[in-house]
Amino acid sequence: MSNLLLFPILIPLIVATVLMLFPNKIKMQRMIALIGTIATLAASFFLIYKVFNDGIQVVTLGSWPAPFGISMVSDLFSALLVATTSLIVLFVILYSFPTIGLKREQSFYYPAVLFLMTGVNGAFTTGDIFNLFVFVEVLLMASYMLISHGGQRQQLRESIKYLLVNIISSALFVASVALLYSVTGTLNMADLAVKIPQIEDTGLLTVIAVMFLVVFGFKAAIFPLYFWLPGSYHAPPMPILALFGALLTKVGVYAIMRTYTLFFTMNIGFTHELLAIIAILTILAGCVGALAYFDVKKIIIYNIIIAVGVILFGVSQMNEAGVTGSILYLIHDMMIKAALFFLVGIVAVIFGTSNLRQMGGLMKTYPLLGWTYLVAAFGIAGIPPLSGFPGKLLIVQGGFEGPQFWGSIVILATSLIVLLSAVRIFIYAFWGEPVETKPLKKSAYRAMLIPSIILVAITVVFGVGAELFMPFIMDATEVLLNPSLYIEAVLKE
Amino acid sequence: MEIIMSVVIGFLFMAAVYLMLSKSLIRIIIGTGLLSHGAHLLLLTMGGLGGSAPPVVAEGVAVSDYADPLPQALILTAIVISFAVTSFFLVVAYRAYQELGTDNMELLKGTEDHE
Repeated sequence: MSNLLLFPILIPLIVATVLMLFPNKIKMQRMIALIGTIATLAASFFLIYKVFNDGIQVVTLGSWPAPFGISMVSDLFSALLVATTSLIVLFVILYSFPTIGLKREQSFYYPAVLFLMTGVNGAFTTGDIFNLFVFVEVLLMASYMLISHGGQRQQLRESIKYLLVNIISSALFVASVALLYSVTGTLNMADLAVKIPQIEDTGLLTVIAVMFLVVFGFKAAIFPLYFWLPGSYHAPPMPILALFGALLTKVGVYAIMRTYTLFFTMNIGFTHELLAIIAILTILAGCVGALAYFDVKKIIIYNIIIAVGVILFGVSQMNEAGVTGSILYLIHDMMIKAALFFLVGIVAVIFGTSNLRQMGGLMKTYPLLGWTYLVAAFGIAGIPPLSGFPGKLLIVQGGFEGPQFWGSIVILATSLIVLLSAVRIFIYAFWGEPVETKPLKKSAYRAMLIPSIILVAITVVFGVGAELFMPFIMDATEVLLNPSLYIEAVLKE
Repeated sequence: MEIIMSVVIGFLFMAAVYLMLSKSLIRIIIGTGLLSHGAHLLLLTMGGLGGSAPPVVAEGVAVSDYADPLPQALILTAIVISFAVTSFFLVVAYRAYQELGTDNMELLKGTEDHE
């Protein structure tokens, strides 16, 4: 038993607490936040190395034996996501330096980002369903603060709706946990995976599984429950939007993936088919939005919804290709969404608006930005050899091998719409007649562009060198598809 | 006893939904408070309320003699969280009222740059 897997949760927590002591010393705030994030990233990479070599890592808090105490479990899937989260937070912090503004930096911006990271890493690591609720609340609390941070009119109006939706989904979460506990008598995920197959009355469990789908669906923005997302995400400034777009919905996606592969497998014919249908509807709804708007932020925001649908469709197939593809695509999507928001943020700063109709001709003045954006746009659409391709390929393959082959056809067709929506930004903003731009200091431009380029470069490496990462991804898939590995690792301690 | 609790929980959920469907922001916040109370009571009741003996496993003590201690630990956590969220919601609502000059949800629809 090693405590290593707690470090990605504890480091940001401690650093954030320390940062709250001196809000006005901006230089110190930046430095310490950066060091804290790098330390978290290092810890999470070491965690991947450890999990890859020694198998699943488990810590039971207070040394209570497994089904009674709260266990924290780090298999390769959660370790990979923790590392991706830490990486994205690092880049968001770098990107925040020139963009977020002095006022916000003085009002506990960095502590809030780090608390958000604590919650996200915790939600990825925990092995207890109620503890998952607690960590989700930690990250929601930080996100409530970030979404209303700055107190602009639009932000306040949208944060009310965001708060209300999430409070309702949290209450449903507690109610679902209560029902699950009354049926199974345990909250430990590994123990649930043991107990649920022994229960003969699958009807009630199916209802509970669908309730959990609703709860996590609110967070992940699946088809009928995504209505709150475009409005709320549009309000906060760009670095916060990148953070939310890359991380928050993915926690819901992770929770669905975990619960639907580990223990809600008693009635696959119903629950997973429902998940597949909802996933496809999510993709279609996202496509409509991505094409309908002329606002660069809104276009990328609707692309989040499309990606959620693609990932969940892969999981719903429950075969090796589908799940492997989902994990690959999940990691790819977290990085590429952050990169796209960064780039679009620069474009919006240059023109002083996020309306596509008032843009044009950026290719002559900012060619590097244009090319980087084009690579990222091809990446999100999954053009080989960029990072979206291997994941999508495997998801489509999983769909053809699985029961819902028509879903794969929809995914293939909608890839073109994703490409169109992303390239449309390129055509409007970078081609055409030059439009008057806001003056932008060279140093600020460079400070924004460099993190974006590095992040895009990482996604390119992730796509071109997918073969390199495959052993890790396959290992993660194996645990998801064979719950017995997970159960053994947790309950033997 | 469980039956009475279920009726109370159902009533709380009903009242919460009614309040949350109204236009005034303060009623909505009271509604979210009631909703979480309902969820907490559900958490307490679902395991069965049990007996009144202390939850110590000893000879001659059956499971039905004592109350399950786990839901009590869970409910405490959930109450603290919902307390924090409700107070934050009240602060945000007050700030929004100052800034936007209304607490009518009907007037808070859409976005300013709505296309």
